[in-house]
Amino acid sequence: MLAFTLRRMGQTLVVLLVMSFIIYGLIGLMPGDPIDIMAASMPGVTPEVVAKLRAIYGLDQPLMLRYWRWLMAALQGDLGFSRTHSQPVLEVLMPALWQTCKLMISSFVLSVIAALILGVVSALRPGGFVDSFVSLFAFAGISVPVFWLALVLILTFAVALHWLPASGMTNVGDGGFMDQVRHLTLPVLTLMLANTGQFTRYVRAAMIETLRMDFVRTAWAKGAGAWRVVIVHALRNALIPVVTIMALSFGTLFSGALVTETMFAQQGMGKMIYDSILSNDFNLALSGLLFATLITLLSNLAADLAYGWLDPRIALK
Amino acid sequence: MTDLATEGALASPARAIEAAQSVWSLRWRRFRHHRAGIASLAILALLVLFCLSAYPLERYLNLDSNATDLLSRYDPPSATHWLGTDEGGRDELLRLMYGGQISLLVGLLATVIGGGIGVSLGLVAGYFGGRLDSFLMRLTDGVIALPLLPLLIVLAALDLTKLGFSSEFAHSGAAGFWRIVVIIALVDWTAIARLVRAATLSVKERDYILAARASGAGALYVMATHVLPNIVTPIIVALTLTVGRVILFESVLSFLGFGIVPPTPSWGNMLNNAQELVTTAPALAIYPGLLIFITVIAVNFLGDGMQHAFDPRSERR
Repeated sequence: MLAFTLRRMGQTLVVLLVMSFIIYGLIGLMPGDPIDIMAASMPGVTPEVVAKLRAIYGLDQPLMLRYWRWLMAALQGDLGFSRTHSQPVLEVLMPALWQTCKLMISSFVLSVIAALILGVVSALRPGGFVDSFVSLFAFAGISVPVFWLALVLILTFAVALHWLPASGMTNVGDGGFMDQVRHLTLPVLTLMLANTGQFTRYVRAAMIETLRMDFVRTAWAKGAGAWRVVIVHALRNALIPVVTIMALSFGTLFSGALVTETMFAQQGMGKMIYDSILSNDFNLALSGLLFATLITLLSNLAADLAYGWLDPRIALK
Repeated sequence: MTDLATEGALASPARAIEAAQSVWSLRWRRFRHHRAGIASLAILALLVLFCLSAYPLERYLNLDSNATDLLSRYDPPSATHWLGTDEGGRDELLRLMYGGQISLLVGLLATVIGGGIGVSLGLVAGYFGGRLDSFLMRLTDGVIALPLLPLLIVLAALDLTKLGFSSEFAHSGAAGFWRIVVIIALVDWTAIARLVRAATLSVKERDYILAARASGAGALYVMATHVLPNIVTPIIVALTLTVGRVILFESVLSFLGFGIVPPTPSWGNMLNNAQELVTTAPALAIYPGLLIFITVIAVNFLGDGMQHAFDPRSERR
């Protein structure tokens, strides 16, 4: 298990390193460069000065060298300076990361709970009325465009019913815990609804398979109660693949979080990346993308380790 | 099903050929009993018809879907504008139809290209095995680990002139369209590649493949004539599901302003000014997203129906 853990962590580091290079290269291909932006705000600047500025900032160096310098600085915790926020990147990044974690973790937990209930109930009678209904709901969840779901929820709960705020993170002059919860409700609901569909399908499939197994039949035959058979015997075993696949999808929540944060004006990582690309804030975009990749990689790592722990045969391979 | 089997057994050579062709008619029979699948097929046919009737309707109503008229912004539905007008005074219905053509076309093209990448990589990895296989599978794992939406945004924002394209091409409408198709295809081939690899592994040791290789057939020939036709069923199902995912990607990119560039409509970019629509014309915030939702859910149910119909083990449903 220890060797397996170490090997998987090593792989994760390698992938992160490769990704950092690819993202660095891609950011370099975005329109304009920092010096162009600087020059645009200085009227009467001559091409010689621009060239000199490029040389001072090292932008005339080859890609590999620039990447190496950036990597060395990043490893020492220096991710550069955000142009639009006029702050070090790390200071912009950390609050955004925290905001995104709140959104992602709460909607993840809620969708897992909802999926467990819906999946188990529909697996009890496959093809029945409840199952058809849950299936339709699950397909709807997979097929809905997240931004449109957010729009519909805004139209319903904010514009028509006035129950909840449509955007922002706090009201001016408030900012207490309940105020934050009210502002997070619709974003969390959006992301949760969008994910519950896929999760429900995983739980349903795993439960149907497990309920057919011999040990479940034995449990029924022994006269164990329905609750005990379904929850203690079947669900516990069905959970092994389900936990893994859900942990694997935690990272994919990030794409949904980007849309949700943009729709509801939440200052999280997703919206930060989106804004930084729109406004050519290269340092911020680069670090934001790297952290987003890191979230995905870490959740994949956690999923693999959990699987190896729940099912020891995996670690031996 | 029983009478087909007896027919086949008693058949003359001519009837035997008929029976051999009837795999697909058998599948069609089974598909016909999947109510959701049939309904989806009908809905998709209607949607395609709806989108293709844009030009005839435009002539019939004597309108120009691109002509802006700022005096008639957000007009309510009328005899000339059946669903009213949008923020530029353009006919909403016609734009929905033309937008649908773009969205569906992107969905199909990106699926074909991404599917092509996935099928080729999966075939090569599965057929040749060894180092090539492990390299290609690590690559696939790497792409799966990426946060897709932020990456797509970066790819959509790249400056094509820095990649050596001419400036006029980079800013033309065609480049905007193909860029979306290509970048979505570049990130959405992993599911197909994994599936094709697994399927290739399962057929490549079969006797008919060994026989073909023993009689001197080259690798490319064996892959094209013996492997691919035998694994085509799961590929078709997976490609169908990919169309749905691609349409969602296109819509969210266009919605965020990184996809199809206005004035060319797509179901995603018609919601660009959603924040304004929510308060001024809520209906316009609903229509495009509803069409995306209906399309994608129909595509997903179609895939589900095909999976049931193609899998001999699945009875009924």
